[in-house]
Amino acid sequence: MTAPRVLGVRRPGRLLAEAAALLTAVVVAFPLYWMVLSALKPAGEIQSTRPRPWTLSPSLDSFRRVFEQQDFGRYFLNSLLVATAVVLASAVIAFLAATAVTRFRFRFRTTLLVMFLVAQMVPVEALTIPLFFLMRDAGLLNTLGSLVLPHLAFSLPFAIWMLRGFVRAVPEALEEQARIDGASHARFLWTILFPLVLPGLVATSVFSFISTWNDFLFAKSFLISDTSQSTLPMALLVFFKPDENDWGGIMAGSTVMTIPVLVFFVLVQRRLVSGLGGAVKD
Amino acid sequence: MTLTAPAPPAPADTAKRPVRRPRSRTGTSSWTPWLYLLPALAVLGALLVYPVYQLGLISFLEYTQAQVSGGEPTSFQGLGNYTALFADPQFRQVLLATVVFAAACVAGTLAVGCTLAVLLTRVRALPRLALMLAALGAWATPAVTGSTVWVFLFDADFGPVNKLLGLGDFSWTYGRYSAFALVLLEVVWCSFPFVMVTVYAGIRAVPTEVLEAAALDGASQWRIWRGVTAPLLRPILAVVTIQSVIWDFKVFTQIYVMTGGGGIAGQNLVLNVYAYQQAFASSRYSLGAAIGVVMLLILLAVTLVYLRLLRRQGEEL
Repeated sequence: MTAPRVLGVRRPGRLLAEAAALLTAVVVAFPLYWMVLSALKPAGEIQSTRPRPWTLSPSLDSFRRVFEQQDFGRYFLNSLLVATAVVLASAVIAFLAATAVTRFRFRFRTTLLVMFLVAQMVPVEALTIPLFFLMRDAGLLNTLGSLVLPHLAFSLPFAIWMLRGFVRAVPEALEEQARIDGASHARFLWTILFPLVLPGLVATSVFSFISTWNDFLFAKSFLISDTSQSTLPMALLVFFKPDENDWGGIMAGSTVMTIPVLVFFVLVQRRLVSGLGGAVKD
Repeated sequence: MTLTAPAPPAPADTAKRPVRRPRSRTGTSSWTPWLYLLPALAVLGALLVYPVYQLGLISFLEYTQAQVSGGEPTSFQGLGNYTALFADPQFRQVLLATVVFAAACVAGTLAVGCTLAVLLTRVRALPRLALMLAALGAWATPAVTGSTVWVFLFDADFGPVNKLLGLGDFSWTYGRYSAFALVLLEVVWCSFPFVMVTVYAGIRAVPTEVLEAAALDGASQWRIWRGVTAPLLRPILAVVTIQSVIWDFKVFTQIYVMTGGGGIAGQNLVLNVYAYQQAFASSRYSLGAAIGVVMLLILLAVTLVYLRLLRRQGEEL
């Protein structure tokens, strides 16, 4: 198996480590378990002062409340649309840029790389102010475009930064070979390099997907009057009431919001783990 | 190779890739990289660089609701907004709180992430899978939902944690430090998986022979970690540290959701939330912009330190 076993970790030591690992897994997973559990509890049990870690009469009432909430399906679709657009666009654009900064030597190359790093420092939330004016002037307020464009810009620097490792890992000999075979550079780019870098793109897109899916600040700030363009996090905040939070609704909404990300994660899990290792190693 | 100077490729560089010099024969011109960069630069220029420029500009102006609606002309304030900011005791307090809170988050995330990464290498497949899946679940949880779930877990009336710890109806969000502690827990919970997975992947990449050799030489576990594994992991640790600093210094959603927009009387404000409130709740856009610029400058300073460290390790960008 792994290296440390060779080093002779003694049996009791390993059992202790495994117990610790399992215990940690339980603790880490507990909030998610509690979220789903609370979403399934009938109303009386959620607002109970003696919370029990199980329920004998699961009900879908809370989910019903969430889905019956005005336009919830539409919010969900909007969120999905925005996240998908950002993931696809940033994958293609970051791939091109990463290729440029790894496969070519040109003036200002290192400067650009430093700029991409620095760009990650920009506090997105602080830019809400100028972006608001920009969106207003471009007539994009209250449209999904006002969410896609900023998130695209904010996920690009990290995506480019991460993709470099993957592009670099593709041997230069392949490029030579393609050239000798008479393929144009564009052809090499899309039919050879792109498929090879795809695992890296998947790993990278996790980050763009999450940051876009999570966003509620831009939705809150740019979609002021047209609520039909709103996204999921906004729908969730509806259940927060000043006097009495509807915890069942909040937990059900949270569950609905978390599931797509979890599915996405499980799908790309293997590539993510190897991808992170590969990208960071060099 | 130097990091900042836009110099032509260093001699060592050209020596490494002699074939790449005659551009025309490879079917690409010297403009090709720029062509590939064009979409990225266009997007970043319009939606990142230009807004940052505007942010800086607004921070030097008098910019409130009156100017936004076009009723009054904007007026140049020089450093007026900044002096007002640093004269404001609340801002200084928020600044301090942000730095301390971010540092605590980074330390907590790194400690938990690295410990668990090491733990992962010492267990068999099944516990490893369990911990990995749990961590991926926490990682996948959106910040908004993670925040709401944690608030519910620690709820004074209905939460299981207080029952478990016998705290009665102790309200975590009422006191300043307990509220910060609660947010800290959530931040560590949702950000340690990135560190754990990355560091774990890094440890796995350490050649087994090196570790065996060290073990055969009679080195203790701790010495092997200190002498072999840790140095090899340094670049990875640098990356996860800088990413954690960037992310934790800019925490917004957790504070906003968990403490209801900054806590009672703003006791749990961090810079990001404070800037947002100044701008959008109080319509003091220029003050909000000035806070944003201060944050940017602090993170830039951190980046410079990071780049210098990278360069000292002789890493090429």
